[in-house]
Amino acid sequence: MEAELKELLNDLESLKRSPPDLLNSSIDKLKMRVEHLSNLAKSSPARRSKVKDMSAEVIDSNPYSRLMALQRMGIVHNYERIREFSVAIVGIGGVGSVAAEMLTRCGVGRLLLYDYDTVELANMNRLFFRPEQVGMTKTDAAVQTLSDINPDVVLESYTLNITTVQGFETFMSSLKNKKFRPEKEGSGVDLVLSCVDNYEARMAVNQACNELNQTWMESGVSEDAVSGHIQLLIPGETACFACVPPLVVASGIDERTLKREGVCAASLPTTMGVVAGLLVQNTLKYLLQFGQVSRYLGYNALKDYFPTMEMKPNPQCSNAACVDRQKEYIIARPAREAAAKAEMVAEALLFTGGPLHADNEWSISVVDDGEPDGLDFPSSVGLPEGVVHELPSADVFRPPPAPEAVCLADDLEDLRRQLDALNAPQG
Amino acid sequence: MEGWDTTTKSTLTQIPLLTTKAGPRDGVGWTQRLKEEYKALIAYTSMNKAKDNDWFRISAANPEGTRWTGKCWYVHNLLKYEFDLQFDIPVTYPATAPEIELPQLDGKTHKMYRGGKICLTVHFKPLWAKNCPRFGIAHALCLGLAPWLAAEIPILVDSGMIQHKDDVASSSDS
Ligand SMILES: [Zn+2]
Repeated sequence: MEAELKELLNDLESLKRSPPDLLNSSIDKLKMRVEHLSNLAKSSPARRSKVKDMSAEVIDSNPYSRLMALQRMGIVHNYERIREFSVAIVGIGGVGSVAAEMLTRCGVGRLLLYDYDTVELANMNRLFFRPEQVGMTKTDAAVQTLSDINPDVVLESYTLNITTVQGFETFMSSLKNKKFRPEKEGSGVDLVLSCVDNYEARMAVNQACNELNQTWMESGVSEDAVSGHIQLLIPGETACFACVPPLVVASGIDERTLKREGVCAASLPTTMGVVAGLLVQNTLKYLLQFGQVSRYLGYNALKDYFPTMEMKPNPQCSNAACVDRQKEYIIARPAREAAAKAEMVAEALLFTGGPLHADNEWSISVVDDGEPDGLDFPSSVGLPEGVVHELPSADVFRPPPAPEAVCLADDLEDLRRQLDALNAPQG
Repeated sequence: MEGWDTTTKSTLTQIPLLTTKAGPRDGVGWTQRLKEEYKALIAYTSMNKAKDNDWFRISAANPEGTRWTGKCWYVHNLLKYEFDLQFDIPVTYPATAPEIELPQLDGKTHKMYRGGKICLTVHFKPLWAKNCPRFGIAHALCLGLAPWLAAEIPILVDSGMIQHKDDVASSSDS
């Protein structure tokens, strides 16, 4: 617009000097310019105001008309419920930022965003962030864009690293905070989405969700950028992230030809966009209770192959909170089965013969406690083709009892001083 | 143990193994684990000194022992290159290894994640996972940081990305 204004001034100058016979046509040209400029001014940033109730009315000014149509078509029973839900997104990178935008455009009630990083030019091969946001924290930049797109969404930004002791505590207490919807049972959020890019952070999300009995979804894109996955984790009911070694969808090319010399990781906006789409699709199905919620869905971009599977929890899981949740799940089994049966009967009465919406048990059997002790969890048995474990399980290990008894007596301060003495510069 | 040279392998076997599976949120268990960490670090440092292969200093930066800072160095062409070294003990430790950071080298090499975290080889995490809870800080330094310095510092020096501190001093004097 600045350039246009400058040109306009130049034209005015030349108008002064132009011969009288050309005056009229020059004035007409100028008039057109001014009209064009005023149109430009009209289209420049106009913030949309908040909307109190979601309406299904089909008019240009209703941001939710196409979403509410899902309800009219019978896909979703009650779309408006989306405004009650809180979703926490951990990791606002290539997957998390796109997932956040999708949920924002869907009109989700509240988003909690966690990341410790800042926006860099190196992120520009991915979607969402813009070059002028370089240097901002990813969470603040995301809030800036998302609140413009949809001011109805309550946005909370947490710039922290959840794997550190302090960051983890803040993460836990923010998930527990129930001020958005005090009457909600359990924690303060309906779902946690893990969109982080490393094993350490996934294990921290797993720890928090096991302790809080919080359902969450995992997502990941491989370091070679050509495969990814999403996974639903319900503490006690499904395998947790520590129950089995992490899974990856093999890219299907020989690992030896894939040597990542000189780089840590590649990334593609396409793979990340696909995984974000799968993740949010599963999120909407889970929250709004329609269709079938996937337990594990892999994506191999080179072959366009999408393996699916289910994983039972491991009774020997190394995560103590996971084992506690598994026990609770087994205890609650009779009540759950009775409730499921009652619901089946009720639904059968409502729609005789019609398909049931899949808010049920997925006929998962509960593993009993009587498994032989000390066995490695069955590794690649039962995995769909093309899905492999990324890490091995810990070896069976029993601490040697005798010499360690001496250890206990040792004083921590003593040991610290010993290391300090070794660290001191030698004279 | 695919992926490591024989010296690293033999050094590794001489570092005492740990037995307590406890992380920084585990109270008494963590205190016990910390003692074992110190013992392993003391043994490893002493061993390095005895072999005239001393290459790092590390100490807890807070009383809880959840943050560690120090120095590490590498000798290339008879010159010593020294760097700050730091890491946090993750909440899920020892199931996950500490992510070792060399903040001064952040942005100077591709073999690093954001924030100066070194990029470990494909062999490190599987071996760490297999040996949980026996490996500790000393093992992470031996298996992660030592091979990284040996591989990356010569490249960084030869490509001019890092300079010896004497060179820096003399060029700024002139
Ligand atoms: Zn588990």
